[in-house]
Amino acid sequence: MRPATITPARTLFEKIWDRHCVVPERADAPAVLYIDLHLIHEVTSPQAFAELARRDLPVRRPDLTLATLDHSTPTLPANRDGRLPWVSDQAAAQVARLEDNCARHGIELLGFGSGQRGIVHVVGPELGLTRPGSTIVCGDSHTATHGAFGALAFGIGSTEVGHVLASQCLLQRRPRTMAIVVEGRLPDHASAKDLILHIIARIGVDGGTGHVIEYRGSAIRALDMEARMTLCNMSIEAGARAGLIAPDRTTIEWLRGRPRLPRGDAFERAAADWLTLASDAEARFDREVVITADDVAPTITWGTHPGQAIAIDRPLPAGDQPSDRRALDYMGFVGGRPLIGEPIDRVFIGSCTNGRLSDLRAAAGILRGRRIAHHVRMLVVPGSEQVKRDAEAEGLDRIFRAAGAEWRQPGCSMCIAMNGDRAAPGERVVSTSNRNFEGRQGPGARTLLASPATAAACAVVGAIADPRRLPPPTEEAA
Amino acid sequence: MHAFTRFRAQLATLPRADIDTDQIIPARFLTTTEREGLGRHCFADWRYHSDGRERADFPLNRADRRAAGILLAGHNFGCGSSREHAPWALLDAGIRVVISTGIADIFTGNALKNGLLPIVVSEADWQRLAACDGEPVEIDLASETIRFGADESIGFAIEAFARRCLLDGVDELGWLLARTAEISAFEQGRPT
Ligand code: SF4
Repeated sequence: MRPATITPARTLFEKIWDRHCVVPERADAPAVLYIDLHLIHEVTSPQAFAELARRDLPVRRPDLTLATLDHSTPTLPANRDGRLPWVSDQAAAQVARLEDNCARHGIELLGFGSGQRGIVHVVGPELGLTRPGSTIVCGDSHTATHGAFGALAFGIGSTEVGHVLASQCLLQRRPRTMAIVVEGRLPDHASAKDLILHIIARIGVDGGTGHVIEYRGSAIRALDMEARMTLCNMSIEAGARAGLIAPDRTTIEWLRGRPRLPRGDAFERAAADWLTLASDAEARFDREVVITADDVAPTITWGTHPGQAIAIDRPLPAGDQPSDRRALDYMGFVGGRPLIGEPIDRVFIGSCTNGRLSDLRAAAGILRGRRIAHHVRMLVVPGSEQVKRDAEAEGLDRIFRAAGAEWRQPGCSMCIAMNGDRAAPGERVVSTSNRNFEGRQGPGARTLLASPATAAACAVVGAIADPRRLPPPTEEAA
Repeated sequence: MHAFTRFRAQLATLPRADIDTDQIIPARFLTTTEREGLGRHCFADWRYHSDGRERADFPLNRADRRAAGILLAGHNFGCGSSREHAPWALLDAGIRVVISTGIADIFTGNALKNGLLPIVVSEADWQRLAACDGEPVEIDLASETIRFGADESIGFAIEAFARRCLLDGVDELGWLLARTAEISAFEQGRPT
């Protein structure tokens, strides 16, 4: 009798990696890794297509490539002459270039009028193109969002976009693995956004450098898919290459019936395979961090990187570190004082972190029967056309409008502020996006990252406010 | 891509930690469809006042740092957005080497593909180099050595494959396309 072969215990990451290794890595050369889905958008692709043209190369797998328009697209409707209100001719030309490149190479584009356009990391999952066990890349660092489905998904630069267009592969050194184990139960008033800000504050903005994070533990299992996307989305803000969550029943039920997935038996067969991807019980991670979910409060950033975050009811740091002092100065805060009550100018609800239906529901839940403060300008930007339709079908747009907020067309908008939606110098913005770097929302703009519920509460009060302590609504619920 | 073998230039220090790619090249300049011409926007919000005048307090604006080709930066340089516009902007501004105690993953990959050398050194070595602010420093990729001051040197390591590509001035796409037979075989062996 032959002895049974013993397969060594592997992590979820290692299982996906092994399935996609075309050529294994050697001391003198990285692995050739096959890519199942390549998402492209207008900002990081033109130089890659130009390189293909220069070398007279075709796109190897246009059928595995999907394009959308999101970063520099206006969120206001077309002018009376039918033209969109582009921030500049250059932005319009950039979008036209992608339309042209897609037409030339036979790549599907979720463009204007498709009814499916949206932020690249919102539309992939929504259509059922983001699949467990697959490899997904995009010239965008928040590609880690798709890791919520147990896909190995990471951001690449434009040169690599060219590599994938030409070869459907990437040269990659195998990253290290890190487990972030979140045990316990997330309190009712804490969301996935609060959890990830809490985690980044704990491990640091370079805490995940060189690693792929797998989020594990009872608190992760209890999250719904949209919350898992919010969590994985910000893995890059801890420096990680990617974030992953093992596919489970929640994943499968969310995917069932999505437009681009097979139906019936084919789906069940795929689902059975997805459930085998979870890390083996004996699998070892290069690093492990344990987080207690019960400790997570509504969390908000006070500084100029996503690791500078605190529970909203805590005082600001004293500012005895030079980097803290500099960040406090930039934000216009005095160290040691409470953050609650500090005035704000704008609120932004949207982005690939918090621009999905559940996020809009959370914000609308706070705004129902309330109005935003007079001096606050609030933008609500759905993550995709689909999210917009779903939200309108529930009447969320009416709640936002009644509260005094603007309801816009889908796109990245104030998350990156390259389409004209931006704050003025010195303005404080409570934002549900993912980056609070200096000037991220416009030169001199001051960003505080928070959950949709916290951002909406701040809009109502006109200052930093704890969503757990909002006075009751004064008006009849809309 | 330019080959990188040996490079000698003035060192300039930007000691801040966590310099993200939004600082290196702010997003409003990303509507370009070209790689070239981003140097004048490099560190735009630190380099210029809102009216376009240069800020005297930004280290790289100093008259005696104009020729700097090597940037010594604080920990976790290049974090944030994956925009390759960051190394393009630095190169266009004349920077060919970035040295830090930690450099973000995606920035490292993007830099190496464009002939910008990302070098990670220890905290102690970082301090030794900081003492040479404004002085000429030599980077030798073949021997992976930084030479400076009166006969001082620091060793460093660059990933073997990227180093070979840089020394030979070849890019990785050619190598990848030479694997086409393996890629086709892989595609055939998997369910559609
Ligand atoms: S919403 Fe923001 S982070 Fe997400 S893809 Fe758009 S610009 Fe990037």
